[in-house]
Parts: sequence; C-alpha cells; structure tokens
Amino acid sequence: MSVDAAAKKPNWFSRLAHPGQFLAWSRPLVLPLAIVTALLFAVGLWFAFFNSPEDYQMGDMVRVMYIHVPNAWLSQFVYGVMAVAALGTLVWRHPLADVANKAAAPLGAVFTALALYTGSLWGRPTWGTFWEWDGRMTSTLVLLLIYLGIIALWRAFDDQLKAGRVAAIVTLVGALNIPVIKFSVDWWNTLHQPASVFTASGPKMPASILTPLLVMFFAFTLLFLTLHLVSMRTEILRRRADTMSRQAALSAGTGG
Amino acid sequence: MEHLVFIVWAYIGVAVLIAALIFYVAWNARRIAARLRALEEKGIRRRSAGSAP
Repeated sequence: MSVDAAAKKPNWFSRLAHPGQFLAWSRPLVLPLAIVTALLFAVGLWFAFFNSPEDYQMGDMVRVMYIHVPNAWLSQFVYGVMAVAALGTLVWRHPLADVANKAAAPLGAVFTALALYTGSLWGRPTWGTFWEWDGRMTSTLVLLLIYLGIIALWRAFDDQLKAGRVAAIVTLVGALNIPVIKFSVDWWNTLHQPASVFTASGPKMPASILTPLLVMFFAFTLLFLTLHLVSMRTEILRRRADTMSRQAALSAGTGG
Repeated sequence: MEHLVFIVWAYIGVAVLIAALIFYVAWNARRIAARLRALEEKGIRRRSAGSAP
C-alpha cells in the first residue's frame, strides 16, 4: 500500500465517527443488550429479595442498597461519559460526541433522581430523616440541577452545533462537582456512610450481600448502555430528518 | 420484614421511573423512525444519501 493510500484510509476512530457507520454497527447490539439487561435484573431481584441475608445493623433495609448504590454509581458514571463526550466535541470535533452528550443527559438526570429518592427512603429508618443538607446529598442534588441545566441548554438552541459547544463547556465546568460528590464523605462530617464498595482495599461487605449488589450494578449499567445506544441512534435519525425537511423546504422555495 | 413500607416504596418508585424512561426512549425512537419514513415516502432524500451506508 502506498503512503498516499494509507493516509487516505480512515482509521477505526474516523470510521466510528461516521454517524452512518454508527447506525450500522449499533443496530444489531440493541436487542441482545436488552435481553441480557432483563435477565440480569431478574437474577438481581431474585437475589435481592429471596437469596440475601439481613444486614446485622440495617436489617432488611439493606435491600434498598441494591437499587440505591447502582443509581448513585450511574449518576456519576453517566456524567463521566458526558464529560468525555464534551472533550470529544471541543477537542476532536467528533461528530458523535455531542450526540452522546445530548442522549446521556436525560438518562443521567433520571438515575440521579432515583439515587436521591432511594437514598432518602433509606435514610429515614436508618438516620431518622429523609433529608439532610450534608456534603454527599447536597452535591448529588447539585448534580441533578446540572443535568437539568444541560437538558435545558440543548433545548434552548436551534443551532445544534452551537448547542453542542455550549453544553460541552457547561458539562466540563460541572465535572468539578464529581470529585466533590466522591470525596464529600471524607472531607466533611456527613450523615452519609463512607465508601464501602469502591474503596482502595476492595469492597467492605460479605459476599452474600456483595453478589446481589454486583448483579444489580451490572443490570443498571447495561440498562444505561442500551438506552444510551438507542437514544444516540434516535438523535442521529432526528438530525437526518431535520436536514431532509430543510432540503425539502429549500427545494420547494426555489421551485425545484 | 422490617421497614417494609420503605423498601416497597423504594422499589416501586424505581420501577415506575425506569419503566417511564424505557417507554419514553422507545416512543421517541419510533416517532423519529416514522417521521423519517414519511419523508422518504414523499420522495425526499438526503443529498449525501448515496455515500452514506
């Protein structure tokens, strides 16, 4: 192969960047991902309710942990995905980056809302209160507001390229909140317990409780991946439909 | 089971919101696919349709 031919051949990153290529390779993934997700949820729920013990301190309230921790993890992971996508928009001008950012924001908002909801229901019997303005809970609420702000930004602009750049900048500024959430339990004296799953020395819980938690963790993470894939496909097709509508309107306006 | 009401409401809330999210994503995908089909049935095609897979 000549140097020129090699230079012209697009690498995998460039091929991935093509929305048409993305639509082609992502289509056969959706159904298998959805099936594996559903199976993991079935197994996880069976473990959560029928095959896991009470906690020696929290009793049966430990079962709320199986839905709270995965949602709390996803609230931050989805934001991480959006931050990488924001870099893709601003640094590499990757055509799929702003699509990924836009598609992930509503999903992240829902997972964050669920983390707050399940956390407050967990907190009432264990701490004696639904809500406390402590570091972890307040910074997670701020994360929800950031998600809602980014969703509003995407809807505020007609020009999606401009919206993508502004949303990318806001996403990167908002990413400063992620280490605050993570380390809030170490920096401040909070009601929220310190990390017990993602620690440097490994999980601090018995296998009988860790197993259902990990199954639910993978179920929720796969759910996000599936919904994100479908949402990205929808956003690409929506842009395609918008372009076609504009072309039709222009053709009608110029008589051809 | 201790604190049953909190556990049940936590799972119901998650189930309802996740179901709503899945429904919204699926509904949106079908809506956009239908819109695209309608445009194509009118004979409207993208200029770059020949080069795109």
